[in-house]
Amino acid sequence: MISGKYRKIIFTLLVLILLGTIMIAGSLGSARISFSDVIKIIISPITPVGVENNVIKETSRIIIWKIRMPRIVLTVIAGMGLGVSGAVFQGIFRNPMANPYILGISSGAAFGVTLGMTMGLQITFLGIGAIPISAFIGAVGASVIVYLISGGGRDILPLLLSGIAIGFFLSAMMSLLMYFNRSQLENIVYWTMGSFNASSWQKAAITAPVILPGILFLIIFARDLNLMVLGEDSASSLGIPVRKSRLIFLLISTIITASAVAVSGVIGFVGLIVPHAMRIITGPDHRTLIPYSMMGGAILLLVSDTIARTIIAPTEIPVGIVTSLLGAPFFLFLLNRMRHPK
Amino acid sequence: MREKNVVQTKNLDWTYNGTKVLDDVSITIKPGTFTGILGPNGAGKTTLLKLILNLLDNEKDSVLITGKDIKTYSRKALAKIEAYVPQSVKIDFNFTVEQVVLMGRTPFLGRFDRESNEDIKIAEWAMQETGVLKLRGKLITHLSGGELQRVVIARALTQEPAILALDEPTSHLDIHHQINILSIIRSLAKRKNLTIVAVLHDVNHALEYCDNIFLLDQGKIVNSGSPEKVITPKVMKEVYNLNVNITKNPFTGNPYMLHDYA
Repeated sequence: MISGKYRKIIFTLLVLILLGTIMIAGSLGSARISFSDVIKIIISPITPVGVENNVIKETSRIIIWKIRMPRIVLTVIAGMGLGVSGAVFQGIFRNPMANPYILGISSGAAFGVTLGMTMGLQITFLGIGAIPISAFIGAVGASVIVYLISGGGRDILPLLLSGIAIGFFLSAMMSLLMYFNRSQLENIVYWTMGSFNASSWQKAAITAPVILPGILFLIIFARDLNLMVLGEDSASSLGIPVRKSRLIFLLISTIITASAVAVSGVIGFVGLIVPHAMRIITGPDHRTLIPYSMMGGAILLLVSDTIARTIIAPTEIPVGIVTSLLGAPFFLFLLNRMRHPK
Repeated sequence: MREKNVVQTKNLDWTYNGTKVLDDVSITIKPGTFTGILGPNGAGKTTLLKLILNLLDNEKDSVLITGKDIKTYSRKALAKIEAYVPQSVKIDFNFTVEQVVLMGRTPFLGRFDRESNEDIKIAEWAMQETGVLKLRGKLITHLSGGELQRVVIARALTQEPAILALDEPTSHLDIHHQINILSIIRSLAKRKNLTIVAVLHDVNHALEYCDNIFLLDQGKIVNSGSPEKVITPKVMKEVYNLNVNITKNPFTGNPYMLHDYA
């Protein structure tokens, strides 16, 4: 755990690592663009038009602004959301092993997408297609059902168990739908693996105003989460309206997670590992842990997505596969470290 | 706290899943006193304690804190008056001792405030009182049961409460730490005019430390008053079905209970 004065330094370091990763991600791909060109192209809207800009190929400019940057921005926002909501869910459930999908968000989203695809849903909203919409509705719907049938979050354990039960139920429903609609099988399975290959500025523009203010709110209320970790009665006796706070935390982190899942599919392990790894650096104080998890989530997901689209180019592998392949061994390493400290 | 009764319940009833846990309980507690709540398992002791902390929803005007209905206080306002030491505390997250103790300042902090030097001084005082100041940098997950209990008491003191409510503060502790903690609490009650309400199991602890005892059995107050008045062979036979003899502790001169093992 780090002491106060290093907190800002390491956070700044994480910001720099993220910026570096953005440059690398912008540079890598089927068309290799040099770092300096990436930087010039990215800062060109804010620099006065000069001679220098003209030497950069117009195709590079288009690749960066039309293809890579929307994807990078969306990946960063989703990664921030998953990292933060993971930290919050772990706090609410007082369990460092909890993750953002604990209330059935992932199976709800997958069921929603399956239902939408098999019904041939053709809706759009603010330039967003049927798949993200049905994923978002499925994710939020599943969480709401879990919350209501577990007695309105009166206790944590029924919430946890209801989440597992609803998760299994929706997965079975999804399998049933898939079984009878085999023509859609590939699309559905591919979606559940998670990918950012359908990124667009529209998606980024609609996700950012949901996820980023959500994160800000969670940072502001992070101290309440510290107290809730101590148990309901302790938190209440320290002046926290526990049930109300818990509902607000669950609601906001559910919407954040659902937004991330809607634009990218089910990406595992980010929400579990990032807060876990960051807690080793920051300790359990959520006022520090949440901003750190935001940066950690963005870095991990952007690195994973860059690997996913470049490692066996031109073929792209789903980013969910990369995060789990990288994440699982790292997670086992952390577990092992916990069992045998030092 | 110049009010006559700092804690008062009026004909308090509490039903849980159709079972009456508390039945017409009326108690009054005076400021600066050490009050013990005694009774067999399932008598409703913890329920009573939680009701006077507003941790359970009770009817209007059945619990008064410093003369005002507990329902008229906001959670935050109540947290500035009453502090709570629960029966068992389990923390899986490795906060440091100081971080946990500082959480006691939460009711005094605004949404965007960080703890000030003044807050840290109060936490240091509380840690000094409970003898955990030297543990301030240690992780809460690495403490022994006795250390953890003293940290939780330090957090409660950091709230600078008028009333300190403790639920079996000495369970899980060895005899040395039991006495250590009760003595710390009693000394605070005397020096700081702090009102102590504690659920206790050990009758001899109650005889030694309490100014006042409420004896609960099956949700009803069966006896109340000074220790020597409440703990009598007749009452102990009725409530605990135990044959006892009250003698005098040669060390302190206070009443001491002996019982048979039949």
